[in-house]
Amino acid sequence: MGGLQSFGPVEPEPNEPLFHAPWEKRALGLTLAMGATRQWSIDQSRAARESLPPATYLSSSYYKIWVTALENLMVQRQLISREELADGRSRMSPVKLARTLKPEDVPRALAAGSPTIREAQAPARFTQGQHVRAKDWNPFTHTRLPRYCRGKRGTIVSVHGFHVFADASAQGRDESQWLYGVRFEGEELWGSFTTASAVYVDCWEPYLEPA
Amino acid sequence: MDLRVRALESLLVEKGYVDSSAIDRVIETYETKVGPRNGARVVAKAWSDREFRAWLLQDASAAIASLGYTGRQGEHMVALENTQQVHNVVVCTLCSCYPWPVLGLPPVWYKSAPYRSRVVIDPRGVLEEFGVELAPGVEVRVWDSTAEVRYLVLPQRPAGTEGWSEEQLADLVTRNSMIGTGLAKQPRAGAAR
Repeated sequence: MGGLQSFGPVEPEPNEPLFHAPWEKRALGLTLAMGATRQWSIDQSRAARESLPPATYLSSSYYKIWVTALENLMVQRQLISREELADGRSRMSPVKLARTLKPEDVPRALAAGSPTIREAQAPARFTQGQHVRAKDWNPFTHTRLPRYCRGKRGTIVSVHGFHVFADASAQGRDESQWLYGVRFEGEELWGSFTTASAVYVDCWEPYLEPA
Repeated sequence: MDLRVRALESLLVEKGYVDSSAIDRVIETYETKVGPRNGARVVAKAWSDREFRAWLLQDASAAIASLGYTGRQGEHMVALENTQQVHNVVVCTLCSCYPWPVLGLPPVWYKSAPYRSRVVIDPRGVLEEFGVELAPGVEVRVWDSTAEVRYLVLPQRPAGTEGWSEEQLADLVTRNSMIGTGLAKQPRAGAAR
């Protein structure tokens, strides 16, 4: 939603609590615990959130989006059914999961995270300082190239390594690509209508072409 | 939402997919162990220790891990140094990517449409809403966290803090100063060393 207008001012809440209701805590914990079962990748869960209808997405609180996406992912994979969700009572027999998150594993799992860097399968196509253009990249499926930089020229400022490619991972494909930090000048993105000197975007190699 | 999430949890527990005490431990981790105090310690150390600062700017993941802050949503860290000439500010326009091991869970405004939509086109306007006014010549760089790289802003060290301990310095480092929507706090006049 970068560059969209009319959402109003940013309103920081003084002394904001970490959670605004007890269910938000459970929503966080449930999402992380189900993520640990590896029934889907983080990109598939992001895709599930971001592919909600825009009117639903924009009018839902953040954790409500998480809960809705979690329910949808679980129903799609037939781990649960809509009928079961309605009253919380199990009707079909559970799917046997190879892994679940056990209480004693929580500290280690959270401290380890899930690094996305992989061994390079090919040399990097671009180098630091090189001029590139973000492609007019408009897939019908999940992508992490923001709309505001599509078709715009930028400069490679860093080569982050060979990382899991979110667009593929969101489709359940195991594919990695070189990831670059790209600097786009404010004027290139927005003309004179900006107070940004530059915006930096992390772009996988398939998003870019030489400029 | 309360009933809906309760129903979901009891269903998943009944099916053996989740363990409620594991969920308790996840919540407890972010309520008591992982938060912006971690990032403040990283910044205070970078202000005090020239070698650590250089390491942080060159390989933030390793430098931050050396203080024990690692893991989920901070696997690949980059530190951005604010100076008199350059001000960095971090966003995730696509969702809510945020460096959890050093800052904890993101505040609501960070995840909100107003911030995510506007900071990439009008960062100065957004900063003014946070009470931050930058001099006209300052270069404003906005970092959109579109992949798994997470950004930590290294704010400028306030003047008048020479000789302060890392612990004292850490008290000046606010969460917003490490996102770039704030500056480090100024020492109170006559503050004890």
